[in-house]
Amino acid sequence: MAENKKVTVSDVTHEKNQQERDKLYNKYVKQVTPKHNPWLNLIQAYLVGGIICCIGQAFINFYKNQGADKELAAAYTTASLVLIAVLLTGFNVYQKLAKFAGAGSVVPITGFANSVAAPAIEFKKEGQVFGIGCKIFTIAGPVILYGIFSSWLLGIIYWLLKICKII
Amino acid sequence: MTVESNKLRGKQSICFENPPVIQSAASIAGKMEGEGPLGSYFDVVELDPMFGQTCWEEAESKMMGMAVDTAIYKSGLTKKDIRYIVGGDLLGQLIATSFGIENFDIPLIGVYGACSTMGESMAVASMLVEGGFADHAIAITSSHFAGAEKQFRFPLAYGNQRPLAATWTVTGSGAVVIGHDVKKNSVFGKDFLPVEIRIKGVTIGKITDFGLKDSLNMGACMAPAACSTISQHFKDFARQPGYYDRIITGDLGMVGRDILIDLLKDEGYDITSNYMDCGIEIYDPEVQDTHSGGSGCGCSAITLCGYILQKMRKKQWNRVLFVPTGALLSTVSYNEGQSVPGIAHAVILETSEV
Repeated sequence: MAENKKVTVSDVTHEKNQQERDKLYNKYVKQVTPKHNPWLNLIQAYLVGGIICCIGQAFINFYKNQGADKELAAAYTTASLVLIAVLLTGFNVYQKLAKFAGAGSVVPITGFANSVAAPAIEFKKEGQVFGIGCKIFTIAGPVILYGIFSSWLLGIIYWLLKICKII
Repeated sequence: MTVESNKLRGKQSICFENPPVIQSAASIAGKMEGEGPLGSYFDVVELDPMFGQTCWEEAESKMMGMAVDTAIYKSGLTKKDIRYIVGGDLLGQLIATSFGIENFDIPLIGVYGACSTMGESMAVASMLVEGGFADHAIAITSSHFAGAEKQFRFPLAYGNQRPLAATWTVTGSGAVVIGHDVKKNSVFGKDFLPVEIRIKGVTIGKITDFGLKDSLNMGACMAPAACSTISQHFKDFARQPGYYDRIITGDLGMVGRDILIDLLKDEGYDITSNYMDCGIEIYDPEVQDTHSGGSGCGCSAITLCGYILQKMRKKQWNRVLFVPTGALLSTVSYNEGQSVPGIAHAVILETSEV
């Protein structure tokens, strides 16, 4: 297969067509650039993500034992995890965890909390309004926007299905 | 009308008739650079990442001010003797430079060449001096890890994984004073004389774009630019790589190094035996976990002002081709889907004895 052939540097430099050359160079760079081991990354992410979820479950059990119902316990748990993640961000611990865990620490609610706390710390100097106010959601903004948008979309679909008496 | 000049070489190069000399050099480094393999070569290693200021930008300005102060002090001149400062940095609109040197009362020529700025500022400053437009000029640049992360990537406290091809922005500022003679009784003169380091010529690079869009693999983005400048330099001066004891790029890192060597081999130049990259030298990747190496304007600047000049003083290297490399991107161009073009400028440094 010509597609899977290894690209050498002279293939790149001898290509006269600039678009073709750029394509070849991209391929060549891909070959020579080292990558993280994806399997190791998966295991690390699974491990840390799992531990965070276990801590969450422990919180749920704890709040239920204190007499909270299922929904209230879940809300308390979310707030607790967010608080812990924000504190760990402030103490420069969460970043180290994320470096090891990758998606394992980004996907849970704690990753969201980190992504809000980090700009708040960084842009504090630029003022309460234009610094923290405007920039606190620079990373989390897309999650909020598309989170709300997709729940609105699902709501519409749910409503249409109800009207058509499918559910 | 064409200008008669013996100084022009080939297409992109200048060969000075009366080569200016490096009168003084200063290197201010951050804590991590101080802990690296070149730590003992720097004039100042500042342990406080804030440099006693309240934010990263102020810290970088403070660092630049320290570099100017130290360079002038070591040269035995006063700030009134300095005709121009030629300098720049990575922050938007060169704020590290403008706030860093505003109190010196020295005319400024601001330049931007991303991480190649040291090459660009030295080229301009040496042209000014050799052309008789200045008696003493300072070439300076700086970068700060946290300021660069904040501007180009994520806030520092955001947790994410850096790819293996990524480089680590150097916290540091380097400055050289360029003039016609080294003062005998100055700190720099006592250290270096009778060895003088002269800037024999420069090759100004072209913007080179091979369509790469990965801003976290800047070595690969800049390698074609370095190749273009270095091979053009050889052609302009009709030289072979063996002429130089060292050919030193700014911040290609491990990935960029391999690509550059490959690209130049294809052009018919083998630099394997005398090639060095400041980004690879400045950190210990095993201990400091910096991945592909160091980057940023400060990387080539403090490696030059600390390490390279000392090597030349000891005459371990007599001819050096110093080639800082820059990736010309902004977060806007990157988000709008543009590629990351590169640029590189070459400065010829040679020793002589008085």
